[in-house]
Amino acid sequence: MSIRGKAYIVGGYEHPDRVIPDKSVSQIHAEVAIGALKEVGLSLSDVDGYFYTGQLNMGGTATSDYLGLKNLTYLDTTMTGGSSPVFQIGHAAAAIAMGKCRIALVTLAARPRSERQQRAAPNPEASFEQVFGTNTIAMYALAAQRHMYEFGTTSEQLAWVKVAASQHAQYNEHALLRKPVTVEEVVNSRMLSDPLHLLDTCVVTDSGGAVVVTSPEVARDLGRTGCKILGHGEAPKHTNNGNVDLTFTGARWSGPRAFEEAGVSPADVDYASIYDSFTITVVETLEDLGFCEKGKGGAFVADGGLIARGGRLPVNTDGGGLCNNHPGMGGMMKVLEAVRQMQGTAHPGVQVPDCQVALVHGTGGSLGTRMGSATLILGQEDA
Amino acid sequence: MAADQKIPTPVPNVNPEVKVFWDATAEGRLLLPKCQDCRTVIWYPRPFCPACGSLNVEWIEASGKGTVYTYTVNRRGAGDLPEYRDPGPYVLAYVELEEGPRIMTNIVDCDPDSVKIGQAVEVVFHDTGQGTALPRFRPAGGS
Repeated sequence: MSIRGKAYIVGGYEHPDRVIPDKSVSQIHAEVAIGALKEVGLSLSDVDGYFYTGQLNMGGTATSDYLGLKNLTYLDTTMTGGSSPVFQIGHAAAAIAMGKCRIALVTLAARPRSERQQRAAPNPEASFEQVFGTNTIAMYALAAQRHMYEFGTTSEQLAWVKVAASQHAQYNEHALLRKPVTVEEVVNSRMLSDPLHLLDTCVVTDSGGAVVVTSPEVARDLGRTGCKILGHGEAPKHTNNGNVDLTFTGARWSGPRAFEEAGVSPADVDYASIYDSFTITVVETLEDLGFCEKGKGGAFVADGGLIARGGRLPVNTDGGGLCNNHPGMGGMMKVLEAVRQMQGTAHPGVQVPDCQVALVHGTGGSLGTRMGSATLILGQEDA
Repeated sequence: MAADQKIPTPVPNVNPEVKVFWDATAEGRLLLPKCQDCRTVIWYPRPFCPACGSLNVEWIEASGKGTVYTYTVNRRGAGDLPEYRDPGPYVLAYVELEEGPRIMTNIVDCDPDSVKIGQAVEVVFHDTGQGTALPRFRPAGGS
């Protein structure tokens, strides 16, 4: 049993705004849902599967109500932080392959730039971690520091991830940061949590996005078969009972599962959306997915390795979370740029010619410590 | 044991099944749960063994010695907890204990910029004033 060829991403929509002081997250969900459905010629009443990522308590149920989705036969509110939509597209494809639904809507919306997230009841590990002053940047910095120690990765190499994103973002009229930056500017930016600088970190936006996943029959009826789901893999990774290893991510497990199902290898990938909450996130993930040897990620991204024109692998051609859009959880934006690359609708300045196979990788939580990893592989109809 | 407490010392949420751990911190002892069936040392503390599923878990006293596995100098708050809203630079770290587990903590009583991976450290306890203390670490051989 496999999802290979059983479902298609027929289209998507990224919210054009990056600062949204005057709308609720529910309204943003509605705007991206309607935007995605409109693009593909469907309506809310066509949706029979709904996949929600957001900040509300019981958000899938609440937003189904808000959107008036009355024909649902499948509901998923998986929460793995920023990687949630990448998990959910695999779940949508599986549900479609099993006949549980035919037209799946996946939405994400959040407003971390305009409102502080509410804190839920303490998790069991909180008393053994948060009391020591954890925060998101510091948790990723712990991983970066260890990666540097074990493999000799440098701040200059990490900076190249941001440089590539900024080179791409200059073509994206919606990107929050459109100005190209240099390696020197990154390593000379303010140190936030050693060894991560201000420019090693993603932007914080208010935004959202949505995609529509359908059965092959619906995709053919809509004339949108250019983005076939070839494979998907997911894996949580955690502290492993006191044996935490911060030099690798859950991509070490989710990647091979996705490649095996898709029947392709890293060498076949023409474009990759790699979750880029921080520069180190990209370096560790590329290693774990097999684009280079473990420990060689720094060299792989250096010297323009990720730039669309002339790089080793075009990555995050929308400008990524580092420059374009990261509403606290950026997995949807990763999917959307891969869909654009597959459809040939990315900006001409960054479009990969003849993009046959694209990979999307989502990372949620704290890199290496406690995280959700999901890998999605897309192919053209004849792939 | 006289500890420099410039760093915030929030009161941990004490779940009933780990009260023994927190009570011991107030007495200056670092306890670790150990599975009596498969002998695995467990971290973070839980009343069962995640390695074998056994409920036969006992507390052992750690030596309090370890080495720095990784660290960061967090130079700009805020931490996830409100106590860390404006703490000034502090060192967040994972320390690998002699008994095996890598535990999250802070490195204190030293210049944050002097901390190194592999450095030998020893436990100190920062009293929360609420019947608990946070196990933090300082360079080994401190006084």
